[in-house]
This record gives sequence, C-alpha cells and structure tokens, in this order.
Amino acid sequence: MQELTAAAAIELRGIDKSFGSVHAVRGVSLRIERGGITGIVGENGAGKSTLMSILYGLYRADAGEILVDGRAVEMTGPRDAIGHGIGMVHQHFMLVDSFTVLENLILGAEGGPLLAGGRAAARTELARLAREYDLTVDPDARISDLSVGEQQRVEILKVLFRGARILILDEPSAVLTPQETDRLLEILRVLRDRGVTVVLITHKLREILSVTDKVIVMRRGEVVAERPTSETGAEELAELMVGRKVRFAFDKAPSRTGEARLVVRNLSLVDGRRVRVLDDISFEVRAGEIVGVAGVSGNGQTELLQVLSGIRQPTGGALEVCGRKVDASHPADPAEMRGLGVAHVPEDRLRQGLVPAFLASETAILGYQDREPFCHNYLLDGPAVGKYCAELMERFDVRPRTPGLRSSSFSGGNQQKLILAREMARHPKLLLVGQPTRGVDIGAIEFIRRELIASRDSGCAVLVVSVELEEILSLADRILVMSGGRIVGEVAAADADERTLGLMMAGARAA
Amino acid sequence: MEEALTLVIATLAATLRVATPLVLCAMGGLFSEKSGIIDVGLEGKMLMAAFFAAATAAVTDSAWMGVGAAILAAEVLALLHGFACITHRGNQVVSGIALNILAMGLTVVLGTAWFARGGQTPPLSPGERLNPIFFPVAGDNVIVYAALLSVPLTWWLIERTRFGLRLRAVGEVPLAVDAAGISVSWLRYRAVMLCGLFAGLAGAYLSIAQNAGFSRDMTAGQGFIALAAIIFGRWRPFPAFGACLAFGLLESIAIRLQGVKLPGVGEVPVQLVQAMPYLLTLFLLAGFIGRTVAPKAAGVPYEKEH
Amino acid sequence: MSATRRPLPGWVEIGLLPLANVAMAFLLVGLIVRVIGVDPVHALELLVLGAVGSSESIGYTLYYATNFIFTGLAVAVAFHAGLFNIGGEGQAYIGGLGCGLAVLALDRYLPGLLMIPLAILASAAFGAAWAAVPAWMQAWRGSHIVITTIMFNFVASALMVYLMVNVLIAPGSMTPQSRGFGASAAVPSMQAALQWIGIAVAPSALNLSLLLALLACVGVWIFLWHTPWGYGLRTMGHNPEAALYAGTNLKRTTMLAMCLSGALAGGVAVNELLGVHHRLVLDFAAGYGFTGIAVALMGRGHPLGIVLAALLFGALQQGGAELAFEIPAITREMVVVIQGLVILFSGALVHLPRPWLQALLARKG
Repeated sequence: MQELTAAAAIELRGIDKSFGSVHAVRGVSLRIERGGITGIVGENGAGKSTLMSILYGLYRADAGEILVDGRAVEMTGPRDAIGHGIGMVHQHFMLVDSFTVLENLILGAEGGPLLAGGRAAARTELARLAREYDLTVDPDARISDLSVGEQQRVEILKVLFRGARILILDEPSAVLTPQETDRLLEILRVLRDRGVTVVLITHKLREILSVTDKVIVMRRGEVVAERPTSETGAEELAELMVGRKVRFAFDKAPSRTGEARLVVRNLSLVDGRRVRVLDDISFEVRAGEIVGVAGVSGNGQTELLQVLSGIRQPTGGALEVCGRKVDASHPADPAEMRGLGVAHVPEDRLRQGLVPAFLASETAILGYQDREPFCHNYLLDGPAVGKYCAELMERFDVRPRTPGLRSSSFSGGNQQKLILAREMARHPKLLLVGQPTRGVDIGAIEFIRRELIASRDSGCAVLVVSVELEEILSLADRILVMSGGRIVGEVAAADADERTLGLMMAGARAA
Repeated sequence: MEEALTLVIATLAATLRVATPLVLCAMGGLFSEKSGIIDVGLEGKMLMAAFFAAATAAVTDSAWMGVGAAILAAEVLALLHGFACITHRGNQVVSGIALNILAMGLTVVLGTAWFARGGQTPPLSPGERLNPIFFPVAGDNVIVYAALLSVPLTWWLIERTRFGLRLRAVGEVPLAVDAAGISVSWLRYRAVMLCGLFAGLAGAYLSIAQNAGFSRDMTAGQGFIALAAIIFGRWRPFPAFGACLAFGLLESIAIRLQGVKLPGVGEVPVQLVQAMPYLLTLFLLAGFIGRTVAPKAAGVPYEKEH
Repeated sequence: MSATRRPLPGWVEIGLLPLANVAMAFLLVGLIVRVIGVDPVHALELLVLGAVGSSESIGYTLYYATNFIFTGLAVAVAFHAGLFNIGGEGQAYIGGLGCGLAVLALDRYLPGLLMIPLAILASAAFGAAWAAVPAWMQAWRGSHIVITTIMFNFVASALMVYLMVNVLIAPGSMTPQSRGFGASAAVPSMQAALQWIGIAVAPSALNLSLLLALLACVGVWIFLWHTPWGYGLRTMGHNPEAALYAGTNLKRTTMLAMCLSGALAGGVAVNELLGVHHRLVLDFAAGYGFTGIAVALMGRGHPLGIVLAALLFGALQQGGAELAFEIPAITREMVVVIQGLVILFSGALVHLPRPWLQALLARKG
C-alpha cells in the first residue's frame, strides 16, 4: 500500500515554552521533511534556538508534541534525541579541548567499558565517514590545535558517528570566517545528497538562500511564514524577519551637532585567542547627535563598547575622547574615562551595570563611589547617597521608590532606568549605551528613548548599540552597521529602513 | 661500601613506607579532582579511616575488619562531600574543610568515649595488624603493595577505560558530557567514592600497618601533602606518584638529618626539609616551574538548565 | 537563574535560614552525644553552666570569643572580596612572630603606651605580610588562593618551630618559648581594668584585647560599608565584571582585602601573647583560624553576626572544657565536632533547608 503523504522527519505540534515571564516559544507547529535542508531564520530572540533545544531534549516544552518519523516521542534528555537519530551541533562547541578528535568522537559512544576496541572501531568508522561525506580531520589531533572550522567539522562528525540521520545546526557560521562558512555550506550540500536531513538555524540570509530547500521564518516565538527557497528572496525574508513593527513616533528635532567628542581611528582589538574582534574601525560622534550601531549580536559591538569605556585596551589604532588620546601605549581605565565625562550604560545590566545583591542606593553610585557628594574625607555619606538615589528615582520614575531595596528586587525596566539615571545625572559629554531597552517593558521603553533624545538635545554625544533595528531607527541620527568586527556601512537615519539595514547586517549587502 | 648500600636500601624502604599513604591519597584525590570536585578533605577522610581501622581492629581482633571499617568511614565522608557539592552544589572548599574539622574532632570524641585513653585506641597486637609480607625490616605490608599497584591502576582507569574518558571530560567540559547524554552527577559521585576508597586504605595503613593504633591527629598534614603531590604531578598519576616518592624521601631524610652537620652547609634545619613539599608546590603554583593545568571545571558546581 | 535558589523574604534569609542551618548542626551533635551514651540535655545544662555560670567562666568565654572575633573578621573581609582565606591560622601565627620580635627588641626601652600600640601594629603588619604573598600569587599569577593559603599555614608552622627551637628560645629554657615579655608589653587583664573603675570580677584570661576586637568590628563595618574602597571590595566579591566596569582595580583590591584579612588575624597574637602568655610560645593560634571560618559563615559575614557567632563559639569552647571535666566520656574536642558541623551546614549545605522553609512559608501565606 502506498502512503499518500510520507511522514515528516520531524513534526512539532503546538510547542510552547516560557522562561519565567518570558514567553520564548508560542505554540509552534512545523514540519521538517525528510532529506533536504530546511532553514529556520529569525532575529535574535525569535525563539529559534529554544525550539531546537526542546527538540534535542535540553529543555522540556511546557506544552506540545514532538513527532519523529510520524511517531510521537518523549524527549527527556539528549540521550532520547540521539536515540531517535537526531544530532545537534551547538553554537558553542561541546568539545573537550584537551582531548583528541577521536576521544571527542567516542565520548558517550565508546562501544564498551574499555577504550581500546571502541577506539579502533571508531577510527575505521571515522575513515568511512570522511570518505562518504568528504570530511577529513586528523583523528589524533588535539582539539585545541584545530581551527574553529575544523572543530565544527568534528562536531558534525560526532553527530554522524552516533548514526544521526537528522542534523540540527544552531548558528553554525557565527564563529566562522566567510571562507570557512563556504566550506561548511559545501559540507551541508554533501550531507543532503547522502540523505541526511539538515536543519539550519541562522539569521544570515546569504546562507539560507544559497543552501536551503525550504525556509521557515520565526518572529517573537512564532512561525510567521514558510517558503520554498526558490520562491523567495532576501528582501521578502528580511521583511518577514523584522516584521512591521509600530515605530514609536517622537517629535525629534533635527540634530544640531557640535564638536567631535569621540574620534575613533583605525581601531582594532585582538583578543586572547588571537581572534581579531575589532578590525580597523573609524568613526566619530559629535556633540548633539545620536549615532546608532546596528548589527547582529556577536559582531564586535560588545568589544567596541568595552574599548570605548576603558574596560579593555585597544591593540591597534587609537581613540580620542574629549581630547584625551587612548591607544595601546596610552591606556585608560574606566575610572579615568568617567573623569573625562564618559558615561556608560552597559549591555548586560545584571553582570556589569549593577550588583544584584546591593541596595538600590548602592547601585546608584556604582562607578562614582569615590566622588563628591557621595564621598568626603574617605567616607561614604550614607544619607547623601540615599537622598541622591531618591532623587534619581523621582526623576526617572523608578518604581518602587525605595533606595533601601535590593537591586535584584526591581523589574528589568526599573533597573535599567536606575542605571540610565545614574549615568545621565552627571551630564556626561559622551554617553555610551548598550541595548538600552533589552528586557524592558513597553512603558519603560518609551521613557528611556525619550530621555536619550533629551540628552542629545542638551548637547551630549550619544552612541547607542542595539540589536533592535527598530530602536536604532527611531533613535539615531546616523547609523553604523557592524559585521564581523568591521563597520560595513554608514547611513543617515533619514535614508535608512529596516530592509536595507537588515541586508547589510546579514552580510548580503544591498548598497 | 656495604654500609653505604645498606643505608641506601634502608632509606629507600623508609621512603616507600612514608610515601604509601601519600600515594593512595594522591590517587584518590586524582579521581575526585579529575571529575571536577576539589577535595581538600583528603586529610579528614584519612584521619577518620585511620581511627575506625584501629578501633575496629582492636574490638574485633581482625586487621581485615579494620580495613573494611576504614573504607566505610572514608566513604561516609566522601558521600557527604558529594551530597554537599554535587547534589546541593555547595562550595567544595568549605565542604572539604568542614569534613576535615569534623574528622579532627570526632575521632578524639569517639576515641575517648569508647576507649578512655585520651583519644588513642588500645595498642594493637601483631595479630590485629597488617604485617610485612616478605621483608620484616622493610615493612612491606599488603597496603604498600596496594599503593604501588594503585598507580598503574589509576592510570589505566583514567586513560584506557570508558569511565576514565568520561571522567576526564566531566572535569573539563561537563556540558559536553551532559549533551552526550551522560549523567554528570553519577559520574562525579563515582569519582568521589573512588576517592573515599583510596583515602580509606591510606588511613588504615597509618593506624594498623605503619603504627600499632590510632593517635590523635596522626595524619599530620599528609592529606595536604598528597594534594600538593597532585598539583606537582599536574593531575597525572605517574608524575604524582613521583612527587609522593620525592616528598617521602624528603621526610625520611629529614628524620635522618636530625642534628647532623653537613660539610659546607652546616646543620640543615629539619623544619626546612619538612616544609619543602609545600614550598616546592608554592613555587610551582607561582608559575616559577612551568604552568599548572588543573581540570577546567574543578570547583565549579554543574547547574543544569531547565 | 535556577528555580531552586529563589530568594526568600529578607527576615528569612538573614534570620531563619542561618538559625535553621545551625539548628541542624546542633541536632546532629545531640545525636553524637547520645551515641556516646550521655544524655544530651544534661550535657547541654553542664555546658551552659560551664560557659556562663560564674564571672570567671564568663571571662574565659569572652577571652575565647576575642580570638574568634579576630579570625571571623579576617575570613569575612576576604569573603566579601570573593576570596577564601584559609590561611588565618598561619597569619595569626606569623602575626605573633612580629609581635614577639617587636617586644623582645624594644620592651626594655619603651613605656607601655608606646610598646603596646607598636606590638599591635607589628602583629598586624606581619599577619598582613603573610597574607600578601598568596594574594600576590592570586592576583598576578592566578594561583588558587585556597591552595596557597593552606600551604602557607604549614610553612608558617615549620618556620615558627624552627625559630622557636633554634633562635628565639630563652637561654637555658628546655621548652621552646621566648623569654618573658617586659611589663610594659602586657595588655592589662580585664579584672585589673575593672578593678580600676571599682568593679570586682574573678580573674580570668580575659584582657583588654576584647576592646581591640570590638574596635576592629566597628572598623571593618565602617570600611566595608562606608568607604569607597570597601564598596569596591564588595563589588568585586559579588560581581568582578561590575567592579571592572566601575573602575575598581581588581589586583590592587585583592591585595587590599587579603592584607586586611591577615592583619585582623594578627589580632589573635595580641590577645594570646600580650594578654595571656606574655612570651612567644608555640601553637598559640592552633584552631582559631579554622574556627574563624565557622564564625564568619554563621555570622553571615557581618560584624554584628560575627560577634554573636564568636560569643557562641567562645561559650562552646569554655563550656566544652567544663563539660569534659564533669563527664569524662566527653572531651573538649566535642567543640571541634560542632565547628565542623556548623561549617558544613552553614557553609556547604547552606541551601539544604531552603525548600522546606519555602514550603512552610507557602502554606502559611
């Protein structure tokens, strides 16, 4: 008897998942057909990775059903997923650095209590896989000696070695150079041709368009569209990803720019692993303007903020902040930067911007603890700090207005308002802001944006880094787009729209 | 000539005698640390084991019952450590110190209550002890051989078996082990229990083989010297064994050096020789003798997300 | 992030939870006493009586508490900086060396008003110096401070034995101890001091070092919560990244925290050597450093909590001695058992009663 519709390799029905108050995945249903490469695209936080982690058994869904080959299955852990022939290549590699390729390969699939037999068998199997899928890696090389691209190949081999017929890749190109990415896409094509079902999670349209057969677009935890790749294009996908969001309308006066407060020339940063995370960056920010930095997270924005605020020192090039030149041989620490009039609202407020265990009043002076009026004669003036915090809370509408409450007891939006209040209260010359409204409720979003614009209007130079395009568009006067540690484009806000920015960010440059 | 040879042999035998508990403790500690559980409680496990070995041997007249009790006592502490550090993700150092102090107190409290000898156990007769097997002067009892055997065994378990592979992985990247569908907790519990086994043997050696009974604080920091040996051996069995032998040699030389004037140097302070293991380890840790490479996840509780 | 670590209301966090931790430790102690064949309630009576039954026993309780305050503060200051200083024992010991050296060199020339402050400073300075090396190793070399401070305890012990046996021993003495300190280096006993203002108490080892310890509490409280350095130190302990963001130099703060910690541990030398022994002796710091960990954990790192915990452990130490005297089956090492259990339950198993308290509160509320 012939089946009318072959069962899908994977079918998800009504998958729902919340983390605390964050509704990450909202009743998602989708089918992934056998064979072929299915792409899942969406912005950061659209729920792609969470969905796949549920499929792989890393998270338990709150509701919904998973079907593999048409049969409903229970995923209690990765072991179940592996048992059903599903393998996952995580964004952060699950490899033991000090192990050889072969040791990593057999971890969890050793083939017996002694390694010797399993190792020999694995060596043979590895050779076979290498031939069949054109994936050559030296089995005796140590992981720490391999390039990132090679490490990823080991991850793929690990999955194949366990006999997986369904391969999920989570943002596989995030850590790769363009050349390595091309090589990866080549590998994925070979895998498909040999009958492996591939699911590619990415936000890079170039990859989707060049390798997938079908695209599923996610936005805010929901599937918003499904298209055969041949029937869609970068523009439509970019539009679907970003969606048509309501723009907050501000009566934003045209900017009146003054002198350059921040001048960055050929700035570069090479990190401990000798990766060039910032590459030849040049721009300036003038008094009275907001410069927005757009880009997919992980493309150097975090490091840029760290260098500009004095947390890390540039390894090449220089920056000039309010007249002070900073380069590799003339480093500046955050305290000195603050003294120059640089204020910094960090991207990760819980890890940098405040100490959750501290009182709100203590958070209100973080970074300014040794300055008047909080500190005189080497002593902190508790009442003055409390009064100051109360004033900040009043002005920035932080609720509840209790300086004696622990910082962790405030909602994300109120924490952010408190940090913003702290950084803006001293009338900085240059204000660096990372993800101004991440995890902040709607009411606070509007408030925070208004304050940033007010700050600009009073002559402050503002640099805003955000992964929210809509935010950049509504705030910035000029927009820089970052990708791969470089600035790949600059546009005046008046000439920009989400689609062109999205294309630039995705590396499929339109302009 | 013959005298010199006798001296060398005597010193070697003494070295081995002193090194035996160090070797066992170091091998036990290796399992624990390789799995990512720091164990500063080796001292306490060994002390507790020594007490229960002597107490049981004295009461049952059986050395082997003593060995069994020693292992059991050390396992109880090991499991407590595991319960605090693995199940409850408590601070591993705090837990280790707590167990050391607990052992320090409990051995004396129970010893006094049961035997009324100021914390000591009754002296053991030869029949209640583990005696030398081949060479009466050398003190080559069964635990000495067990210690010698424990080194290749540890190496083999860690390097050549599935358990060892997973153990090494869980101490480096527990997430990778979890993603491979292996239980992080169960692996670590097994490592901690192996540690208890070896520390138990080391304790039994102290009180019913090397000595004829338990006396208060008889471990005298040897658990920490074993810890130093692990660091010195860079978490590898054979180099750690070498470090134990070297520390044992230092100790046996220190005993011989007491009051001896060396030509050109004068009298070497015994205390300096005794402090050598610690000083050498400190130099190593300060990076003066190469870098140390502790398992990456050591000391970090593993938290699974939900 | 984990669901099991949801914070409880404030009064539960700083009041009920620590009490529950300590209660569990004492429950286990009661069980051990039972196993030994002694009625726990009777033992408790004797213990309490022994600790606070007379003005003499109160004196000894406070004398022990003085040491515990110093070592408890030492552990707590480091802990607030996110550093685990296990070397209080060695730092107190070497602090004693500094104290002894200063007194032995100068007690014939200086009056008490100069000699005592100088000896106190020397204790603190030597204690700080002994903590500075592990701190440097942690800050610049990345060596784990737990391991290095453990090693430094043993090195301190070996060094002191050598010095006492070979260098500082009083001529003609059979036991390794220095010559007696001059009268100008004696911290007055509490009995003498109280007599001065017309209060008569029984003689005990209690001396005015207690006031120094209380002063240290106030000092630590001001430093940690009312100076910008203390603020930076606590920021580093909670959240090194935030400290970096705030412009705190992590290396310098590590040094500061450890030196302060070592200096506080040196206070034990003041109480023991200047207040009681009046000479440099071996092992005067034995056990106090480790008890400091229990005191700091139980006192939740706050000077007030530390004073309370130190009083409890002082009472245990004194009452335990009396108890051991009354009931031969129990030795004073029972106190050590209690310390171990308190560290276990207030430290490593601190979250154990959390789910029960949560359930309890949920039912009520």
